[in-house]
Amino acid sequence: MSPVIEARDLGRDYEVGGGLFSEPGIVRAVAATSFAVDAGRTLAVVGESGCGKSTLARLVTMIEEPTSGSFAIDGVEVTPARWAELRTDVQIVFQDPYGSLNLRQRVGQILEEPLKINRPKLSRKERQERGREMMRLVGLRDEHYDRYPHMFSGGQRQRVAVARALMLEPKLLVLDEPVSALDLSIQSQILNLLNELQEKMDLAYLFISHDLSVVRHVADDILVMYLGRPVEFGPKDEVFDAPRHPYTKALISATPSANPEGRRERIKLTGEIPSPLAVPPGCPFAPRCWKAQQKCRDERPAMTGHPHPAACFFPEN
Amino acid sequence: MSLLRIRNLSVTFTTAGGAFRAVDKVDVDVDSGEILAIVGESGSGKSVSMLAAMGLLPWTATVTADEMSFDGQDLRQLTGKARRRLIGNQLAMIFQEPMSSLNPCFTAGFQIREALRKHTDLDRKARHARCVELFEMVGIPDPERRLAAFPHQLSGGMNQRVMIAMAISCRPRLLIADEPTTALDVTIQAQILDLLVNLQRETGMGLILITHDMGVVAETAERVAVQYAGQKVEDQPVRNLFDSPHHPYTAALLAALPERATEARLPTIPGVVPGQHDRPAGCLFSPRCRYADDRCRNVVPPVQPDALGRALCHYPLNAPEEARA
Repeated sequence: MSPVIEARDLGRDYEVGGGLFSEPGIVRAVAATSFAVDAGRTLAVVGESGCGKSTLARLVTMIEEPTSGSFAIDGVEVTPARWAELRTDVQIVFQDPYGSLNLRQRVGQILEEPLKINRPKLSRKERQERGREMMRLVGLRDEHYDRYPHMFSGGQRQRVAVARALMLEPKLLVLDEPVSALDLSIQSQILNLLNELQEKMDLAYLFISHDLSVVRHVADDILVMYLGRPVEFGPKDEVFDAPRHPYTKALISATPSANPEGRRERIKLTGEIPSPLAVPPGCPFAPRCWKAQQKCRDERPAMTGHPHPAACFFPEN
Repeated sequence: MSLLRIRNLSVTFTTAGGAFRAVDKVDVDVDSGEILAIVGESGSGKSVSMLAAMGLLPWTATVTADEMSFDGQDLRQLTGKARRRLIGNQLAMIFQEPMSSLNPCFTAGFQIREALRKHTDLDRKARHARCVELFEMVGIPDPERRLAAFPHQLSGGMNQRVMIAMAISCRPRLLIADEPTTALDVTIQAQILDLLVNLQRETGMGLILITHDMGVVAETAERVAVQYAGQKVEDQPVRNLFDSPHHPYTAALLAALPERATEARLPTIPGVVPGQHDRPAGCLFSPRCRYADDRCRNVVPPVQPDALGRALCHYPLNAPEEARA
């Protein structure tokens, strides 16, 4: 069986700036990223702002065309000509449930809209039936069907957003920071819901997050990105217990843990993420890395090692 | 005598839909040299209570308190002029969004020098030297150049450092940090938290850290106040709070942390925080509490003694006699 999504050297460049007389700059938002997700599995993409997580989501959901590399959904090669038919297989849930629902539509309309457009043969009654069934599945009550988004709390809105994404029975669900905007007590409700739905519908998740404590809970595999490039990929436990790339190690050590006994020395990273317009020629992490040597600054390391590759000349462990 | 002492603080906002009580009978005590964390979800009134202490609330807010004093000075009676002398000088605050709290029209250096000009009698040269010193203290490389930069030319982490430099420029005795790292990446967050804790240790100032992140609390605070729906529901030293929470809300919140989970399904807190119009008669947490009975629903709970974390609850958890049994 082929994986639900398989990406090979996916990349996306943007041209920025540039006037009448100046050359435009090129931002490599995502470069040389490869991964695969099987049905029923969760791949978490982690990294800090500007690492290309959200651009990756836009490529996978076919909102934007990759400038290099390619990917296949369920074994079918994705080309812009096939976008329309393949898009129903990949759906997305956004971070902010306040911004991603149309305020002027009732919940029922929000849920039926994808069917109206993509399943024109369904009758109105069938559409409504499916909408109501989906609402029950995500833990909303029947009377919520005719309400407007502003009458719901953040957690309920996120349930609506998940329900809408599932209306077309996708194979892959892209979750772009689905719980970052929610309070802690609501966050656990949504994480449980996602977990249940995955089991029930055998969904593949691409879970994008910067919160490592959430990722540790939900993920099967982890892809760590830095400045648009993958730096480490591996099964969750291996990445957390024995990180190979220094950046992953620093990221894990910087994540505060809710255990006052375990206050430990953090790895102190100096400096900030370089501008994506001026990525250093060697390893992008070299300017902040405590192990960096001349080789790191001159040459770009490739992802090596199986089944837990890392892009580093001097990996840990 | 604590540095900041607040008794029975309530803040009510006049809204189109009637009065809304954002802070309800909250007590706060902070000593110099102490790190207090105030945790709570959105709408729990943690920022509003501190803004009330700073006198920064809009006219729609009615602030009442039995006592609100900073170092013996009554903050309620302060004239505008006296307040401006105090704030930014001995009492300083860092806000959540560095990008929107700095003035985009002036350079970072100008905005820090402004505070120094108001509150100190340093001359021009000494002010500049102090700015450079402050920037080095908060870890901004190349301070001379960064002083001349506008906020939009600096990254979020840099701007937050500028805010911190500004807040500590006059060596405050109490620093209130309102979600200082929420908008930042984790590696930058670690840098900023280390910086705040080191500054606090070096200068011996009091530090109030307002946050919703239990991880940040566990790693930085000494004492923790938990707020829920405008009320303080628990107040304990950090280790005791994480080991044996006394209020059911604190216990449920800690159990819902993904990193404490033992199985795929996380424990949840059903329902949502009560809003303006559906506040229960008794305990505000009773509709969501798994231990609640009729007494909880109808009778306002008492504040338990210090040994029980001053929990606002009829039936505090982890009570000593139960622990022995």
